[in-house]
Amino acid sequence: MVDLGIKIHNLDFKNPVLTASGTCGFGEEIADFFDLSLLGGIVVKGTTLKHREGNAYPRMAETPSGMLNAVGLQNKGVDNFINNIYPRIKDLNTHLIVNVNGSTIEDYVALTERLNELDKIPAIELNISCPNVKEGGMAFGISCPSAEAVVKAVRKVYSKTLIVKLSPNVTSIAEIAKAVEGQGADSVSLINTMLGMAVNAETRKPVLSTITGGLSGPAIKPIALRMVWQVYNAVKIPVIGMGGIMNATDAIEFMIAGASAIQVGTALFIDPTIPVQIIDGLSQYMERHKIQSVNELIGSLQC
Amino acid sequence: MKKTVIDFLLLENKQLNKDNFLLVLQSPIPVSDIFPGQFINVEIKEATEIFLRRPFSILDVDYEKQTISLLVKILGRGSRKLTEAHEGQKISAIFPLGKSFTLPDKNDQILLIGGGSGVAPMLFLSKICGLNPTNVTVLIGARSSSDHIDVSAYQSYGNFLFTTEDGSLGEKGYVTNHQVFTDKLTQFNKIYTCGPDLMMKSIGRTAIEKNIFCEVSLENMMACGFGVCLCCVEDTKAGHKCVCTDGPVFNVNDLKW
Repeated sequence: MVDLGIKIHNLDFKNPVLTASGTCGFGEEIADFFDLSLLGGIVVKGTTLKHREGNAYPRMAETPSGMLNAVGLQNKGVDNFINNIYPRIKDLNTHLIVNVNGSTIEDYVALTERLNELDKIPAIELNISCPNVKEGGMAFGISCPSAEAVVKAVRKVYSKTLIVKLSPNVTSIAEIAKAVEGQGADSVSLINTMLGMAVNAETRKPVLSTITGGLSGPAIKPIALRMVWQVYNAVKIPVIGMGGIMNATDAIEFMIAGASAIQVGTALFIDPTIPVQIIDGLSQYMERHKIQSVNELIGSLQC
Repeated sequence: MKKTVIDFLLLENKQLNKDNFLLVLQSPIPVSDIFPGQFINVEIKEATEIFLRRPFSILDVDYEKQTISLLVKILGRGSRKLTEAHEGQKISAIFPLGKSFTLPDKNDQILLIGGGSGVAPMLFLSKICGLNPTNVTVLIGARSSSDHIDVSAYQSYGNFLFTTEDGSLGEKGYVTNHQVFTDKLTQFNKIYTCGPDLMMKSIGRTAIEKNIFCEVSLENMMACGFGVCLCCVEDTKAGHKCVCTDGPVFNVNDLKW
């Protein structure tokens, strides 16, 4: 038996495979397809203090080996999460992590304080990297001072595991990672989507209602891998890697580059059972390579 | 039945006319409780430029043989690639997805209107209603007679009417120009439709005006098909709703038409 267990801060995960925010709803939506307790964790849909309708349709464009989205954090707000969703999912027997969003630092703090009350939410993923909202979101994640300010404020009110989700739309993601580590982040997750756009040549119009959107899928995997490697070498806190992971080999590559855990995102749209296939494939790989603990893989890149 | 990722076996791939193909897929697991309006999200293999699955309405289901039939109209690269699949090939699909049309009552006077690839759920619905039996009129529109598919297998389920833009079959014009629509619409107490957006909007607005129950099946672009990507939203009176899970069937009164 191989040991798939990993640790992020003081939190033990049964395996390093998590589902990414905005790609698995609240878990319930994919419960038909497999036993959710098999997962290392579920990062639930980006949540805001108040209800958000999100951006206008069309919000999606298929691209070579990927897709653009401009959903814009559509969600019913934290009260709905606490009152209606949390009671239904709290006993899923996997780590539930809430992706936290805000337009202002006060929003982030107020939302975090609400989530801090929930026993079965052992961690939050602070999203300072959403490219699809007009205010806040990525604006906080693209400069060191603003990233530091929001992490510092949230850290003060949150004692559990604080993961900060980073944007790839920056000059140096390693600098941002170091900045948030300096303010007490327990882990960083990366990468969020890359800013992109799609044009309809026939109509000369943008495909997305918001003109630009976030690119995800295998198209961004090499960039994500590079950034995970750079951040792994820049910080001491664990890195959670994501960006175009479609199978076990992709996941293993991220771990070799420095990820302690990985998130499966856009791949779920193609096949929601991919996380389970990755867990199985990871075990087989470890047996084949005589690796006892998955921790031996983390950052094992041989240059 | 539960939503499942299924490796179907392609039993039959038959070209019906220039752009329309009939695909019969056999499931290795039992198929149950499939209703008109529900859909399947099909993986398009060996096409790197096609990343996402493609949704298709269910045309028919055979529970005994564990098969489902799809009417695939070539609209773009994805549908074209799918029509090139060989019989005997495995086809991965997520199934079943979406909510069906509200099934009519016995005494209802029903008008089904289909256009383009939207003919599939209308034929499926005609069969379900016709077996009931209910009084069913089916109105199908196409550009020309060569674009119409053969519906003789369904003709016992209802009264079939046709329109073509060039007048080569049935009445000339759009479905909304047909006399059953222009003169006799109030004979019906339920209208169901699937087809191009403009066609459905025109039908839906008329139904609202005349206060007739009307359900439409929307085709917004989607990535997942099971309610997690939130890309296929329709701006309804109750806010953004996912076409894949809250629909694809909506009552026109709930839409901002």
